[in-house]
Amino acid sequence: MDWYPLINSLRIAAISCALVFFTGIFAAYYVARLPRAVKGILDVFLTLPMVLPPTVCGYFLLLIFGLKRPLGMLLSQWGIQFVMTWYGGILTSAVVAFPLMYRTARGAFESFDATLAYAGQTLGLSNTYIFWNIRMPACRQGILAGTVLAFARALGEYGATSMLIGYIPGKTATISTTVYQLWRTNDEAGALFWVLVNMAISTVVLLIVNMLERRNGKAGAS
Amino acid sequence: MSLSVHIKKDFGGFRLSVDLEHESGITGLLGASGCGKSLTLKSVAGIVTPDEGRIVLNGRVLFDSEQHINLKPQVRNVGYLFQNYALFPNMTVEKNILCGLNREKDKDVRKEKLENVMKMMELTKLRRSFPHQLSGGQQQRAALARILVSGPELLLLDEPFSALDAYLRDSLQIQVKELLENYGRDVLLVSHSRDEVYHLCSKVALIDNGKIFGAGRTKEIFANPKTRIGAVLTGCKNIAAVRKTGEYEVEVPEWGIRLKTGRPVEDHVCAIGIRAHYFNPRARENVFPVVYADRMEEPFETTILFRCAGQKEGSPSVWWRIPKDRVPDKMPEQLGIAPQNVLLLYPEDNN
Repeated sequence: MDWYPLINSLRIAAISCALVFFTGIFAAYYVARLPRAVKGILDVFLTLPMVLPPTVCGYFLLLIFGLKRPLGMLLSQWGIQFVMTWYGGILTSAVVAFPLMYRTARGAFESFDATLAYAGQTLGLSNTYIFWNIRMPACRQGILAGTVLAFARALGEYGATSMLIGYIPGKTATISTTVYQLWRTNDEAGALFWVLVNMAISTVVLLIVNMLERRNGKAGAS
Repeated sequence: MSLSVHIKKDFGGFRLSVDLEHESGITGLLGASGCGKSLTLKSVAGIVTPDEGRIVLNGRVLFDSEQHINLKPQVRNVGYLFQNYALFPNMTVEKNILCGLNREKDKDVRKEKLENVMKMMELTKLRRSFPHQLSGGQQQRAALARILVSGPELLLLDEPFSALDAYLRDSLQIQVKELLENYGRDVLLVSHSRDEVYHLCSKVALIDNGKIFGAGRTKEIFANPKTRIGAVLTGCKNIAAVRKTGEYEVEVPEWGIRLKTGRPVEDHVCAIGIRAHYFNPRARENVFPVVYADRMEEPFETTILFRCAGQKEGSPSVWWRIPKDRVPDKMPEQLGIAPQNVLLLYPEDNN
């Protein structure tokens, strides 16, 4: 039994989710404080990957990181190549999952009561302390939801991934590309197996989230 | 102890232009909602940055647009009590108070200060409670403890009682007054309630449409508000335009009468104010015939609405307020007002 697609999918989803966690929060925090006109334009740009077909995202990524493109050529000088490598999957998953994190975090930041931050400032607390110990906990629900959505989206990413890194068994194969490949080659049992694996992971993730939320609820912090 | 605020800020439709000198004690900023009271406090605290001007606290420049000084809120050493108290919802009362002690590096001193303030504010039993488990009054005490323990030079109170139920408000006002007097620091209190300001503040500044006018001792301002807006803010119910007809006499065209005044009338007088409590049916001076119009009953007081015999159509009725047990069975046919109780009001620009 070859478990490579599972390991590959999990590491791609985990790393891209971690990337998206920080970049999404960072973007959300700064965009939420911008003037309305700039916010509107930036918002469209940052949300676009969510509404575009993933294959279009993959197309754009190929335009940028393709081996015959300037940036792709530059990076390959240092041995970094996003095309047909497993870590290219991190790029596609992160791009596609980013808007989910960004939008949910931004919603949470925008409903945050600014007087809490002001109160912290007048008490002499540093802005960094306020961000991590007051703003983030108050926005915890939204940020947690965004992280889960981003992880789930990264795990299920197919379109952009298949365009950028293709399907090489034992090299770039993920669960979703494996399901398609097995189905295409009439291996129905194999496809079903990976479908079940994927469902199991998603169920476990959702259970963990529910447990975390219940524990936070008990701590009395709402 | 002194605070000097001279700032301007343009908010598009609204212009804040505040000039305020606070010497010591408790000064109240009295104004209707949306008049710029809170923005003034936020500018002093450093949460809002004015376009231009200067803010000096005890000789220390907090803000100066010409010298490009704009201290961060963290180093202004100004305490701010928010209307909703702004307790951190994810922290216990104790942790919240410890946030006010973050500048104190000595662990033992910090612990001692924490225990002292919790004892003083009766929070020791609530130390492990979260803000949402506290009543409004307890939240206010916790927020005050958090601020007092940080030892600010100046305390800013933004509508401190407006989030409380009416029955709690009165008893807490007495407690807070005592606390602030014992604390002995300077306080700037913002309120739309003239009762709160009258009770808590030795001095008051009236604020309207982003501008301060008529600052002074609270009792003097209430006794002689000098402007129409001042009269409204201090709770005067009867205001009518007048013109001068003598050294101590004005004509009230709206009411069709002339009134003698206690103070000499200046040429630019524009209106008079008469407090609803000060009419007297048995007065000998300034007596004028009235017709009963309507009444509004409250639990302990009654407002009786009259129209002057010669009053113009469409102008508001005259309000007379008396304790309920003194409402006459038969409505008087005339009312009088002592000349010293006729408030002379002048245009705002001259104050």
